[in-house]
Amino acid sequence: MTRHHVVVLAGGLSHEREVSLRSGRRVAGALIDAGVEATVRDVDSDLMSWLRSERPGCVLPLLHGATGEDGSLREILELASVPYVGSTPGAARLAFDKPIAKQVLRQSGVQTPASVTLPADTFREVGAAVVMGALVDRLGLPLFVKPAQGGSALGGSAVHSADELPAAMIGCFAYGPVALVETLVVGVEVSVPVLDTVDGPRTLSPVEIHPASGVYDYTARYTAGATEFVVPPELPSRAVAACRRVALTAHDVLGLRDLSRSDLIVDAAGTVWFLEVNVAPGMTETSLVPLSIEESGLDLGQTCAGLCQRAVARASVGDGAPKS
Amino acid sequence: MDRPTRQTRLNGFVDGYASRTSQMKASEIRALFAVASRPEVVSLAGGMPNISGLPLDAVAATVAELVLERGAAAMQYGSGQGDPTLRSQICEVMRLEGIRAHPDDVVVTVGSQQALDLVTRVFCDPGDVVICEAPSYVGALGVFSAYECEVVHVAMDGDGLQPTALRDTLQAIAAVGKRAKFLYTIPNFHNPAGVTLTAERRTQVLDLCRDSDLLVVEDNPYGLLGFDDEPIPSMRATEPEGVVYLGSFSKTFAPGFRVGWALAPHAVREKLVLAQESATLCPPTFSQLAVSAYLSGHDWHRQVKEFSQMYRDRRDAMLAALDEYFPPTATWTVPAGGFYVWVTLPPGLDSGAMLPPAVTARVAYVPGTAFYADGYGSSCLRLSYCYPPPERIREGVRRLAGVIGEELELRETFGANRPGLSRGSARPNTDLT
Repeated sequence: MTRHHVVVLAGGLSHEREVSLRSGRRVAGALIDAGVEATVRDVDSDLMSWLRSERPGCVLPLLHGATGEDGSLREILELASVPYVGSTPGAARLAFDKPIAKQVLRQSGVQTPASVTLPADTFREVGAAVVMGALVDRLGLPLFVKPAQGGSALGGSAVHSADELPAAMIGCFAYGPVALVETLVVGVEVSVPVLDTVDGPRTLSPVEIHPASGVYDYTARYTAGATEFVVPPELPSRAVAACRRVALTAHDVLGLRDLSRSDLIVDAAGTVWFLEVNVAPGMTETSLVPLSIEESGLDLGQTCAGLCQRAVARASVGDGAPKS
Repeated sequence: MDRPTRQTRLNGFVDGYASRTSQMKASEIRALFAVASRPEVVSLAGGMPNISGLPLDAVAATVAELVLERGAAAMQYGSGQGDPTLRSQICEVMRLEGIRAHPDDVVVTVGSQQALDLVTRVFCDPGDVVICEAPSYVGALGVFSAYECEVVHVAMDGDGLQPTALRDTLQAIAAVGKRAKFLYTIPNFHNPAGVTLTAERRTQVLDLCRDSDLLVVEDNPYGLLGFDDEPIPSMRATEPEGVVYLGSFSKTFAPGFRVGWALAPHAVREKLVLAQESATLCPPTFSQLAVSAYLSGHDWHRQVKEFSQMYRDRRDAMLAALDEYFPPTATWTVPAGGFYVWVTLPPGLDSGAMLPPAVTARVAYVPGTAFYADGYGSSCLRLSYCYPPPERIREGVRRLAGVIGEELELRETFGANRPGLSRGSARPNTDLT
């Protein structure tokens, strides 16, 4: 394998394996179209020894969900001393944990919906009914319940009455042991990618999201045609500018690197609310980042190739293995 | 200057699709099966036959001989009805289940799945009623959905389809001014329920259908894979004019050849041949001749017996593991053949909601809702024992029992029988406990 061969890691064993495989296939194809030698590889028990023996020129991790985004895969890449695209293990851990990321952003002056984070065990120990009652008392209705870690809207659901809360909690705990319960902000969903460049981080075109079903759930995300995207947004320019600022703030204060995507909501008053940030955002045919890249006048393959070059350059000057 | 705003749904064809594609959507459940294919996961989900026992050297020699001696014919177009020699051999296969048929009434298809597709194409307009067991084969429901049929499920129990429920259903359909086009049934070692329609009930069901002028589509892919007794005579054996029989070599030989067939009354057969010609021109000649050569050159009876013994061992492993690990409030069917056990979960559990933690625990199954056209079945799931070896089956059941235990605890925490916690329902009143 040549030093400049890019290995796109995709698949894995998370619930988002299917999405990851689609992301991997698309990015590898775009890299090849851009003249870069690229292949897709799954993550399995041979990965570490394979990385050490094959020494790929660069690894572009596109595993979504646990392992891929919680920092653990990146620790493996650090241990294998291979150049890789994306955030450090520590930054990925910080961003992947939604409650922690929200807290960091809140301390930086960013609005984020009021929330409570609780593991399933707490409901067992303290009593679910009393805890759920307290949640509604504290946060009011409607609520949004989702796993504290994970993506693709898996396990997430809106709660409009207290009767709906138990089912929402059970649905959430199917995908993870800790639930993030937050006030549901009604408004326009906006996604804003941030791309590191030689001139520093820049936002790519924000995208407005309008799912036909009214809910941007798994089906709306990955069924071509099920959601309408508006680029650039029709929102007032002040709100769009605020969205860009929030995304840049998230990228900065969480210490993210190369590429991130912040998911936001703009309410009727024009206030921008931070929901979460992704360090390995989806790259499928219906994903938001490729749309933003295109709308920003860039090419997906060239953009990914540029990120790989940055990763290789970091490694060559000894900056490829930041300790965090 | 600002760029003009544009709206996109990232699908330039979105306004061009047929309305029948409206249900073709990405789903969380389907996405989870991407994980199930990984070797770390014990998949009790798929119905893939285990053909590792096939004598591949001998099959290779047969195929090589076919290419060398009849290659030009094998790689040429063939008859839309299928190869005459193979159709004669199919009649010999069906004779094992009491069917006396003429090769002229056999239409070879691309697996029995295509036979069902052709039958539905020939009989059903959008909105037509098809009667199925509750639950029913997911691939059949897909065909009926593609032809925009209205599926009405009829309850089963441990003896298969309930004749009284069928009678009530026929009356209910007639009462609203409709008429069902056919009854689709899997009488032997049902997929997914695992049960077998008793001989007595076969007669009752056929009587009811005859009285109602209702065609029976008898799907019988597993009939020769019984564990205990000689094959039960098929419904077609006693009702030549009222039954379309679907058969397959996918389980008795190998699914990769994609060779199945339909045996139909003369008038129906004529339509099926025309439908086959418009669909594929002809079924694959090479596959047909390969299957034909296998049947004539190998002791396939013995091979089927070996398959049955292997599947019996695996069934026994699954049943023993279920007895050992599953909670007493779960129940399951005991199949006398075929590939599947149908599990009814402890009250309150939802097999769809339980799949993500199951995949996390590295075990997969198919949620019961997949086998209903109307969204019911969430309190059940299908387990397949056909492919994994016995020790993996045991480990998979052990893992699944752990997930059930955690789900029970979670449900107890949040109130197991609260409204909205489960989409499970007893309707139709199937009793496979």
